[in-house]
Amino acid sequence: MSYSFKIAQVEKECVACGCCEPVCPRNAIHVLLGMIAQVETEKCIGCGKCAKTCPAAVITLVKREVVS
Amino acid sequence: MKQKKWYHFLWLGEILYLILGLCNILFAWLGMLFFSIPIFITIFGGNKAYCNRYCGRGQLLGLLGEKLKLSRNVPPPKFLKKRWFRYGFLLFFMTMFGFMLSATYQVFAGAPLQETIKLLWLFQLPWEWAKVDMVAPWIAQFAFGFFGVMLTSSILGILTMIAFRPRSWCVYCPMGTMTQGICQLKNRKEPTAYGRTSKGNCRTTQTTSQ
Repeated sequence: MSYSFKIAQVEKECVACGCCEPVCPRNAIHVLLGMIAQVETEKCIGCGKCAKTCPAAVITLVKREVVS
Repeated sequence: MKQKKWYHFLWLGEILYLILGLCNILFAWLGMLFFSIPIFITIFGGNKAYCNRYCGRGQLLGLLGEKLKLSRNVPPPKFLKKRWFRYGFLLFFMTMFGFMLSATYQVFAGAPLQETIKLLWLFQLPWEWAKVDMVAPWIAQFAFGFFGVMLTSSILGILTMIAFRPRSWCVYCPMGTMTQGICQLKNRKEPTAYGRTSKGNCRTTQTTSQ
């Protein structure tokens, strides 16, 4: 599976509904302690499925910063 | 394709609840499960597993919006996710719930039973055909009030499902707001275990040699 140069980013206004979890093909997003969804940067491939599903529209795709 | 598990079919419970409530108003009492289970899970589990996995209403709205394509699938207005709106709606919802409990107490104290369902906190819907002779009037009064609450929230959920994204109700659902608030109080810290939540911590350790 190829990685894109984008990555999902969750805003602080996340309502922790968990709609993003089942749609992620890499199981890279999880609701942490019922407070906010968090993205595992190593797993996220930037497909954007979570962003399209999020009912609060708090997930956006941003450019992945690369540290060499 | 992820394998289906038993909890993926809890949307049937939501439909069954509404049908049973229409057949006999006393089944409205079962709705207390939808109130107590999320709070129980949150208090003892410290998470929102109910919203994330077991919420039949959320699943039903998702199915109606995604599978049946009833949703416009556009982002909701920004105010819907703001704390002031979510907690304001929770306060309003709980105030109305308090009025419903007050009406139940008044019937318990001797006031006449009101055989109506209040929709959207405004419209009184006559419901005289319900057979409630077999129970005490206050039990029936609570059922009328509670079924009105459940129908009202279902209508709001369906309206926002059509207008915005399928599970837009989850954004301002009072139970979701309450359980998230409990989790925040219970955990009392910002999640920092992994990943990122803002541009402030978005540097990754990916190398360029891929």
